[in-house]
Amino acid sequence: MNHQKISKEFLKDKEYASWHDKALWYVREKRDQATKVLGEYEDLREEAKRIKEHTIEHLGYYLEEFEKNATKNGIKIHYAKDSYEHNKIAYQIIKDANAKKVVKSKSMLTEECGLNHYLENLGIEVIDTDLGERIVQLRGEAPTHIVLPAIHLKKEQIAKLFEEKLGAKKGKSDPKYLTNLARESLREKFLEADVAMTGVNFAISQSGSIVVCTNEGNADLGVSLAKVHIASMGIEKVIPTISDLGVFTRLLARSATGQAITTYTSHFNAPQKGKEFHIIIVDNGRSKIIKDKTHKNSLHCIRCGACLNTCPIYRRSGGKSYSYTIPGPIGSILANTKDNKNQADLAFASTLCGSCTDVCPVKIDIHSQLLSFRKEYISSHESWYKKIFYKLLYKILSNQRLYTIFLKLYYHLYPLIKYIGWGEGRDIPKPAKKSFKEIYRSRYEK
Amino acid sequence: MKKVGLFIPCYIDTIYPNVAEATYKLLTDLGFDVEYPLDQSCCGQPFLNSGYEDEAKSLAKKFIDLFSKYEYIVAPSASCVSTIKNRYKDLIDDDRVSKIEKSIFEICEFLHDEVRLESIDVSFPYRVGFHQSCHGLRELNLGVSSELSKPYYSKARSLLELVKDIKIVDLKRADECCGFGGTFSIKEPEISIQMGKDRIEDHLSSNAEYIVGYDSSCLMHMQGIIDHDKLKIKTAHIVEILSGMIK
Repeated sequence: MNHQKISKEFLKDKEYASWHDKALWYVREKRDQATKVLGEYEDLREEAKRIKEHTIEHLGYYLEEFEKNATKNGIKIHYAKDSYEHNKIAYQIIKDANAKKVVKSKSMLTEECGLNHYLENLGIEVIDTDLGERIVQLRGEAPTHIVLPAIHLKKEQIAKLFEEKLGAKKGKSDPKYLTNLARESLREKFLEADVAMTGVNFAISQSGSIVVCTNEGNADLGVSLAKVHIASMGIEKVIPTISDLGVFTRLLARSATGQAITTYTSHFNAPQKGKEFHIIIVDNGRSKIIKDKTHKNSLHCIRCGACLNTCPIYRRSGGKSYSYTIPGPIGSILANTKDNKNQADLAFASTLCGSCTDVCPVKIDIHSQLLSFRKEYISSHESWYKKIFYKLLYKILSNQRLYTIFLKLYYHLYPLIKYIGWGEGRDIPKPAKKSFKEIYRSRYEK
Repeated sequence: MKKVGLFIPCYIDTIYPNVAEATYKLLTDLGFDVEYPLDQSCCGQPFLNSGYEDEAKSLAKKFIDLFSKYEYIVAPSASCVSTIKNRYKDLIDDDRVSKIEKSIFEICEFLHDEVRLESIDVSFPYRVGFHQSCHGLRELNLGVSSELSKPYYSKARSLLELVKDIKIVDLKRADECCGFGGTFSIKEPEISIQMGKDRIEDHLSSNAEYIVGYDSSCLMHMQGIIDHDKLKIKTAHIVEILSGMIK
């Protein structure tokens, strides 16, 4: 399935598609309000970009520094070159702790690595504790948004799910009731868990500590109760100093949900007494992106989701249409930087309107990057008849005599445009009787 | 008399000669010596945006050969101007590109920044929804997009405000994309059309009688939907109003 086909299905339920668009636009509007009250918002974006550029430029240094300081704090650092190694290391830690039950707070990296599936196959129970992620996990789905994993579901759908899985009362879709029910069932899971896994929003090289931002406090609860904490982070998550962190925490929640700051900004500095703390630092293709000049700055992404919320395509096609762990404009870039390009068509899932670029808190030139992948797509994926169409169009547009003949024909043949995919629901533009060239020649030429 | 090279993008030449004529008229009325090189065709944007870089390169070279001699190049299409101003430098290695980047203007930008138009003797007694096409807004900085925390301005809107008797209505989404996107409109027609419908609906529910913009491609896409659904709203390019060609 490609993006166009899935989107077409998505749009068939007009009421639902419109609801999805409006729900996300609401988040975009909240983001606008939260960013515009700060006089210095554009300066913050510039500063964040500068910090990220500097860090990626000296990534080796900052990672080593981070490892050194974290180790001093008593944290055990592991490196994984790909998702398989990451999962293997995580499993080994779980096995060494004789653990069977894992609670996990939100981590797009573990989604990227397919960790849940891997561990479940080895007999480990993995429970996602972020409410949205728990909902999609109970449905056997993947998150459709990086910050709002269950944004594609209406409360009635969640009520039905909870009725089946958590014994909720029939037809009761009051969000407060449903949240409390999820909370009760999760509380048991927290108490039973031997290992808590978290993602990492920022890893501070200077202090050797990590920061996890959540709104539910589920990372803190998991880590406080379990005897082992495993945190997974991509190599790009490191930032130099604690004062740099201030720039990013001010940008992250404002961009993501329009909050000034997430409810919990948890600093994990060292293992608790008698407990273990592991950090797995994962490459999984990232060092390859660093070498790619055009797409290097896609690694600046802080996973705020603002480009998803603002994207008029994402809002009208849903997270599933991207067929990739990270959907939306930034996901389309990341999918295209992978070796295995099943999602090459995502380079075209954009009108290049540039709203993603303007909304990005770390100023990634998202829409220009999407454009850059299109050339590659043509050489590997374009159908022969489309290639002929474009070659023919080129011939016409680069030769005045052909162009003049073409215009005469075009006046009669324009309805054929429907065969290049003009679609239903939009009339084909009718050419004028006389082109401007003709008018100019007869009326204005000196 | 200052000389202006008039660039009329291929689809405007073919489908909207009235927009080209309005631009020509506006510029000559303002006292410019307007030259329209007849050998021109396409800036290469449709090819570049579809991934056909070689074809785009060749058309870019033709454009530069034809237009680099002018002190000013003016065109009534923001996305074509943006292609030339922002994308040519990565596309071709030619010293003349940097000169062209400085001499090319989208028509509103030209009237606002170079001509510094302060009054205009035309009337347009209608309720108008102003469509801010994306490439003009976010790549040419014709205005400040709603995403940014910068003091608001809009060059095109301030020109429209010079028109007598016009009423510019407020929209719910001031600068959401209409969904045309050139190659996007045929790669993903379903979303493209839905976006267009949503945009038009915003104008309709704001009681606009006209959707006015500075990019005929967006207007063409929305007009296609308006015609198909037989909606009670019209589209017009800003130059058609500024030149007094439609009243």
